[in-house]
Amino acid sequence: MSADLSILVVEPDRDKAMLIVDSLGEAGYTTIQVIAEASSLGRQISAFNPDVVLIDMAHPSRDMLEELALASGPLERPVAMFVDRSDDGLTSAAIEAGVSAYVVDGLRPARVKPVMDAAIARFRMFQRMRTELAETKRALEDRKVIDRAKGIIMKARGVEEEEAYALLRRAAMDQGKRLADVAQALVASAGLLS
Amino acid sequence: MTPETLKLGYMPLVDAAPLIIAAEMGFAEEEGLALTLESSPSWSMLRDKLSFGHLDAAHMLSPVPVASALGLGGAGALLHGLMVLSVNGNVIGVSRALADDMRAMGYGFDFNDAWAAGRAVVAARRTGLRVSVPFPFSMHAELIYYWLSALGLHAPQDVNVRTVPPPMLAEALETGEIDAFCVGEPWGSRSVDAGLGELLLPGKAIWARAPEKVLAVRADWVEGHEDIAQRLIRALWRATRWLADPASHGLATELMSHPRHLGLPAELLERALQGHFVINAGGSTREVPDFVDFYTGSAGFPWRSQAEWLGAQLAARTGLDRAASVAAARGTFRSDLYRAALAGVAHDLPLASSKVEGAVSEPLTAASTGGRLILARDSFFDGRSFEPSAE
Repeated sequence: MSADLSILVVEPDRDKAMLIVDSLGEAGYTTIQVIAEASSLGRQISAFNPDVVLIDMAHPSRDMLEELALASGPLERPVAMFVDRSDDGLTSAAIEAGVSAYVVDGLRPARVKPVMDAAIARFRMFQRMRTELAETKRALEDRKVIDRAKGIIMKARGVEEEEAYALLRRAAMDQGKRLADVAQALVASAGLLS
Repeated sequence: MTPETLKLGYMPLVDAAPLIIAAEMGFAEEEGLALTLESSPSWSMLRDKLSFGHLDAAHMLSPVPVASALGLGGAGALLHGLMVLSVNGNVIGVSRALADDMRAMGYGFDFNDAWAAGRAVVAARRTGLRVSVPFPFSMHAELIYYWLSALGLHAPQDVNVRTVPPPMLAEALETGEIDAFCVGEPWGSRSVDAGLGELLLPGKAIWARAPEKVLAVRADWVEGHEDIAQRLIRALWRATRWLADPASHGLATELMSHPRHLGLPAELLERALQGHFVINAGGSTREVPDFVDFYTGSAGFPWRSQAEWLGAQLAARTGLDRAASVAAARGTFRSDLYRAALAGVAHDLPLASSKVEGAVSEPLTAASTGGRLILARDSFFDGRSFEPSAE
């Protein structure tokens, strides 16, 4: 009975959108429309007439959906946010995962739950990927700044790379700081001397 | 004593200053609080995170707690405003196309007179005016509805007020989707710098004393956290006092411009704090004293009458019962808690919790604990006033 819900997914990233559509498909939902362009959100919602709108919580265009929640004119779709009627931890899980859903007023939570479960699982994966990406980026930046600090020490003290690294590591241990932070401080203040 | 850690959310705007300053300048620490600040991409996300306990408190549009009491807009949890974080601070701007039409009809862009600006807008766009606001429940929306309806333009037949999140404002102007906008700084100045918009009025030209942002918390969080709530109010109040000193503006904008906060050029943020605006791509400037006010005249005091005014406006627009809405709105601004928090701290607090909104046309001495409280001018541009319910 789940297949009769129509779902609108607002997601500018095409790959992410496809993944969401896939997991909704696995859960048995096939009436899915994806829109990437948030500026025409209102128009597209009236045109597609969805039962549920799924949108990334972190997307600023979410604020435009609030307007639909308020409008109850004959031309506008009465939309209410899912969190209104849920007290089973689902909403909290959705917020944690970073997805929000707007559902048509009057739809029973039980009918929306499978949609949300699928979306939450997918968004959790996006969040993991985002965290991993941020960590990789940081590790890369750390390495760059440590290399620069090593270069400064090698030049200033006339030592080899290995010893420069040992000096840096000892300084970090003595100060109880991260190696990259000590390196950053050195690079920043070395700029003053040159 | 280990400091109490509080998670505070904010939108990256100039008027988030009290939160950033309280955290950066040690005012929170003085009260034994460690503030973790978290920037949000949207008002709905900020409100929902607050409603579901992912945040302890948030920088919030003043109508949002009132809307929560009226059952308007999603999240369900009742929110309370513990203090007003800032008074005024919005700008109204127009697209280049509308600005050109207004100029051709002889309008001089004084950035001051709301009647003249409004008449010029109406003369250029009698029908089909499209105005953007950042959120349906915002002082921006209230000012626009108030201003345009006094000029005889009524929504939805004459004017279309729609939500455009500030990061999408430039695009909406570029594609010609809107004719005018009301937005918080620095977004108005950014549209000018991008050559897409021209500034028409500061928000205070419509209402000289509009409560813009509040410190919002869940109503049920306050119970059991009264002491922490009061410490937070004191820390933020000291931050606003520091911000009121012009000598602080340089350091304040420097701190706010840091990538971990707003990540925008300090020069852009300074325009609002110093009331020095560039209004068009040609570089014309205008001065607006007290463009945004964090402190003077008990700016932080959450007047019950302000909440009532918001309740009445929201009720009128959404077809809710006026008396019931005003009564529900009243309790969302916690003048009781604010007064308790600052009693004993050298501060002049009003003795009343409500006032006639819009009745102060000249700075006025008010009954207060210290006897020196001067209420700033709070007139509406059309000279009307709002009578609160009896205390």
